[in-house]
Amino acid sequence: MKFFEFSGNYLLLLRKVFSRPEKFRIYRKRIMAEMDHLGYTSVGIVALISIFMGAVVTLQMALNFESPFIPKYLIGYATRETVFLEFSSTVVALILAGKVGSNIASEIGTMRITDQIDALEVMGINSASYLILPKIVSSVVFFPFLAILSMFVGVLGGYAMTWLTEIFPLEDYVTGLRTELKLFNIAYALIKTSVFAFLITSIAGFYGYYAKGNSLEVGKASTNAVVASCVAILVFDLILTKLMLV
Amino acid sequence: MIRAEHIFKSFEGRMILDDISSTFDTGKTNLIIGQSGSGKTVLLKSLVGLHEVDSGEVFFDDVCFNRLPFMEKKAIRQHVGMIFQGGALLDSSTVFQNVRLPLDLFTRMSKAEKNKRVAFCLDRVNIVGSNDLFPSELSGGMIKRVAIARAIVMNPEYLFCDEPNSGLDPKTSVVIDNLIREITEEYNITTVINTHDMNSVMEIGEKIVFIHQGKKWWEGTRYNVLDSNNKELNDFVFASSTAKQAKARITEQGQSLR
Repeated sequence: MKFFEFSGNYLLLLRKVFSRPEKFRIYRKRIMAEMDHLGYTSVGIVALISIFMGAVVTLQMALNFESPFIPKYLIGYATRETVFLEFSSTVVALILAGKVGSNIASEIGTMRITDQIDALEVMGINSASYLILPKIVSSVVFFPFLAILSMFVGVLGGYAMTWLTEIFPLEDYVTGLRTELKLFNIAYALIKTSVFAFLITSIAGFYGYYAKGNSLEVGKASTNAVVASCVAILVFDLILTKLMLV
Repeated sequence: MIRAEHIFKSFEGRMILDDISSTFDTGKTNLIIGQSGSGKTVLLKSLVGLHEVDSGEVFFDDVCFNRLPFMEKKAIRQHVGMIFQGGALLDSSTVFQNVRLPLDLFTRMSKAEKNKRVAFCLDRVNIVGSNDLFPSELSGGMIKRVAIARAIVMNPEYLFCDEPNSGLDPKTSVVIDNLIREITEEYNITTVINTHDMNSVMEIGEKIVFIHQGKKWWEGTRYNVLDSNNKELNDFVFASSTAKQAKARITEQGQSLR
C-alpha cells in the first residue's frame, strides 16, 4: 500500500516538475550551475573509483583465466566488456546515488524545513520545477560524460595493473581491448547512465521536497533517498539489460 | 482587503482552526495574536494558500482566492509578499540575488531596471554594502530586512508577516515593526502580521484578532486591547510587562491610549 502511495506522490511531483517553467533563460542558467555543482564536482571521485575498479577487474580476470586453453587477450576483452557494460554505468551510478542523491535530498529538505520552498511558492514560483528540473536535466546530460570518463579510466587502470604486476603480457591486454568492440554496448551503457541519472535526481528531489519536521527528518530523508535510488538503479538495470541486450 | 469566512482546518483529525472569520483592511497593519500553538501560523498560511483549508473561503478583495485554479492563484501570488519567521532567504543566493529573483522570473525589465529596483528596495530597508553577502553571513535583523526588501520588490498589494520579530532584540524589533508599518502606509498594502510580541501589538496593532485554541476569541484595536473584559485575552496580554506598564500609565493619568 505504501509503495502505491509513494509511486502516486512521486508521479504527481514529476508532473509538477515538468510543467512549463516560468522563464527558460533563468532555468538555463540554473542548469549550467547544477552541471558544475552535481556533475563537474563528481569527476574526481568517478575517476578514482574507476581506476581501482579497472585494476581489480583485470586482476580478477587474470587469476580466473589461468588456463592454457584460454587465450590471454581475453583478459583484456573481458575487462573492457565488464567495465563498459556494467561498472561504468551501474557501479558509478550507485556511487553517485550516494554522493549526489544525499546532497540533493538534504539541500531540498533543508529548504523545506526552513520555509524557503514556501517562500518560493508565495512568490508564485513553481518550486518543484524551479528546484528539481535543473538538477534532473543537468544530470541526465552530464552523467553520460562521467560514464565515458569511467570507461576510459577503468581500462587505463587495468593497463596500469598489467604493466605494474606483469601478470600477463601487456600486448595481450591491448589486443583484448581492441577485440570485437561493439559501439552499441557503449550506447547501451550511456542510455543506462542517463536513466539512472534521472532516477537518482528525481527520487532524491522527491524525498527532499516532502521532508517534514526538523534536521533529523532531513537526515532520514537523505538516507531514504539513497536507499530508494540504489534499489531503483538495480531494478532498472535489470529491465534495461533485458530490453536492450537480451 | 482580505476577508476570511468560516475557515476550518484540521491536521490528522485534530482541529486547528475552528470557524474563523475576519476582515483585514487595506493600508492597515492587521495583527493576529495568540499563544504559541493557538493556530496563528496555520491561519496565516491558510490565508496565503500554503495550507489548503478544509472548508471556508479566503477573499483577496472580491476574488475567492482558495477556490481559484492553480494558474490564476499563481498570478495573484505575484502581488503577494511574505516575510517568514526565519527570513527564508535562499541559502545559495546572495542578498542581491534573493531580492532580484521575483523580478527575474516575472518581469520583462532590463537588467539595469532590475538592478535599480533591487537597490531601491535594499536602500528602503537600510541594507547598504551587503549585496554580495550570503544569508549565512547576515545578522538576524539584516535577514529580516532583506526578507522585507524581497517581499516588496514586486510592489505587492498584500503583505504577510509570520512573527517578524522572533529572535530579535527589542531595539531591532521596533525597527522592523516601524518599517512594516511605514511600508504598509506608503504603498497602501493590506498587511497581516502574526505575532505574540506585545510591543508590536501596542506599537502597530491597528486591527487585532486574538486566536485562542483555534477560535477567534476577540477582535479590536490596540486602543481597546487593554480595556477588554475577555479573560483569555487579558491572561495573554497582561503576561507581558509592556501591557502592564501601559495599563498602569493609563490608570494613573486617567488617559486613554488614543
